[in-house]
Amino acid sequence: MSEPLVGPTPVLQARGLVKRYGPVVALDGADFELYPGEILGVIGDNGAGKSTLIKALSGAIVPDEGEILLDGVVVRFRGPLDARRHGIETVYQDLAVAPALDIAENLFLGREIRRSGPLGTIFRILDKGRMRREANAYMSELKIGIRSMQQPVETLSGGQRQGVAVARGAAFARHVVIMDEPTAALGVKESHMVLDLIRQVRDRGLPVIIISHNMPQVFDVADRIHIQRLGRRVAVVEPRNFTMSDAVAIMTGAMSGEAVTRT
Amino acid sequence: MWPTSFRRREDAMSSLPKAEEAVSSPLGEPRARFLSTVSWSTVGPLLALLLAGAFFASRTDRFLTGQNLSLVVQQSMVVGVLAIGQTLVILTAGIDLSCGAVMALGGIVMTRQAVVGGVNPIVAIGLGVGVCAAFGALNGALVTRVRLPPFIVTLGTLNIAFAVTQIYSRAQTITNVPDSQTFWGNTFRIEKTAITYGTVLMFALYLLAWFVLRQTASGRHIYAVGNNLEAARLTGINTQALLFLVYTVAGLLYGVAALLSVGRTGVGDPNAGQTDNLASITAVVLGGTSLFGGRGTVLGTLIGVLIVGVFRNGLQLIGVASVYQVLVTGVLVILAVTVDQIARRRQV
Repeated sequence: MSEPLVGPTPVLQARGLVKRYGPVVALDGADFELYPGEILGVIGDNGAGKSTLIKALSGAIVPDEGEILLDGVVVRFRGPLDARRHGIETVYQDLAVAPALDIAENLFLGREIRRSGPLGTIFRILDKGRMRREANAYMSELKIGIRSMQQPVETLSGGQRQGVAVARGAAFARHVVIMDEPTAALGVKESHMVLDLIRQVRDRGLPVIIISHNMPQVFDVADRIHIQRLGRRVAVVEPRNFTMSDAVAIMTGAMSGEAVTRT
Repeated sequence: MWPTSFRRREDAMSSLPKAEEAVSSPLGEPRARFLSTVSWSTVGPLLALLLAGAFFASRTDRFLTGQNLSLVVQQSMVVGVLAIGQTLVILTAGIDLSCGAVMALGGIVMTRQAVVGGVNPIVAIGLGVGVCAAFGALNGALVTRVRLPPFIVTLGTLNIAFAVTQIYSRAQTITNVPDSQTFWGNTFRIEKTAITYGTVLMFALYLLAWFVLRQTASGRHIYAVGNNLEAARLTGINTQALLFLVYTVAGLLYGVAALLSVGRTGVGDPNAGQTDNLASITAVVLGGTSLFGGRGTVLGTLIGVLIVGVFRNGLQLIGVASVYQVLVTGVLVILAVTVDQIARRRQV
């Protein structure tokens, strides 16, 4: 429960999260901190509770014990939409887009812009032109090489689709973007493009949580890495001064997390 | 029969992108694609309709007359309105087998209430349409609350609505229907061509449905729900409420179809619409809408309805026995789905 004496307040913080599924304890007093302007990698072996932790932070499950703080204020998420309303966006691993809809429609799905005046309020007509223009401006700012916002998403490559999903999360998140295995379905080059995109999102000021099985990628992109083991955080390391094999050793319990200086 | 219980998870199954696809621009160039499902789904059916029309026009002078074309539309108007509701349901990756039976019940309720029950005919229309909307809401509730597959739900309500119709009408056709209930079967003339009011209503409803699907958020959400239900839910769309609304609106449209059916036949017929569920699904499929949901247009459905109507009328005019019309319809449906599948395979 020790907090750093100096430095900024964590954007997102969890203290002593516990989640039990019958006799199985998925989270056993897990702590978590995400600081402004960073990419935090979350790694852990299968069953370490990293996806449960992420689900708790994104509102997909409600923890049995413990608390979650957003900008230092305790929050309770009753569902994923609740977390979204608090400015936490989650990009899910299975490319959560509607393939037959176009890029602009996917970006604004569920948050469409209506026309101003009675056309919008009474007849509920969409302002497609404005959505396309904003989508265009935004996507070119992120340097995703897509020419037309009217292309159906299914015509895009896997990397571009994931780009749309990441862009949507980043566009609407006010506090945090959570990426669950963002490169799992992608090839090597496309993965690098998505990782570049994630860096851009961070550079625009949004902290990012990235969960991945791919250790080299996590070490490549993350500023700090949260290592989860047996339902708790066992260490937080900086990839700059830590080796991947040591991280794996902590993950698997071959090395004690206590030996590592928490940063 | 119709694969409704599984939803196509194209996104999840999409082939892993090949490394060489990734090129200079940060996320790679979009794959070139033009003549695929989107254009096929509207151009293909229209082409088929025009070809069929040209064929029949070349075989008989009686086909391409204002009076005959007006007749084609008039004969199609009941299935036409049912098919709007069916399109909405199929776009959400559902299916509605109950539409014809629900329509028959609505027609019986409105005519019997007016003729036997002595209810004001206009109020009786409201009752009939209301019963249809209630059946739609029942379908919607079973699909969303009890989470049953739409195929099973509507198979059940198909039988329930049919039985209730027979019990309530005592299997008797209701005659002496008041004029105010048969208004939509009346005609007006432009030059020498008699046009049925009901067909005008049908076209108006198609325009309305087209507008809602294209230009409003709810319309786009219907596509998103049919496309990828989970993604739609995670973006914050209230998918359950939307599905419930779709089935209810479909029921409402079946009520309008009931009114048109009463107008066209002049009676309340407990055996009306018995094959209209399949006829409406046929029209939707011919119009290029995917049974897997999320793709298609209501204008395609209108073209599909007209294709069936033109073949029925044209084959009749050139003296082909009516059983061949059924044969042709069967072949057309398989052709339409084949074209749809080939276009999609080429694209993936």
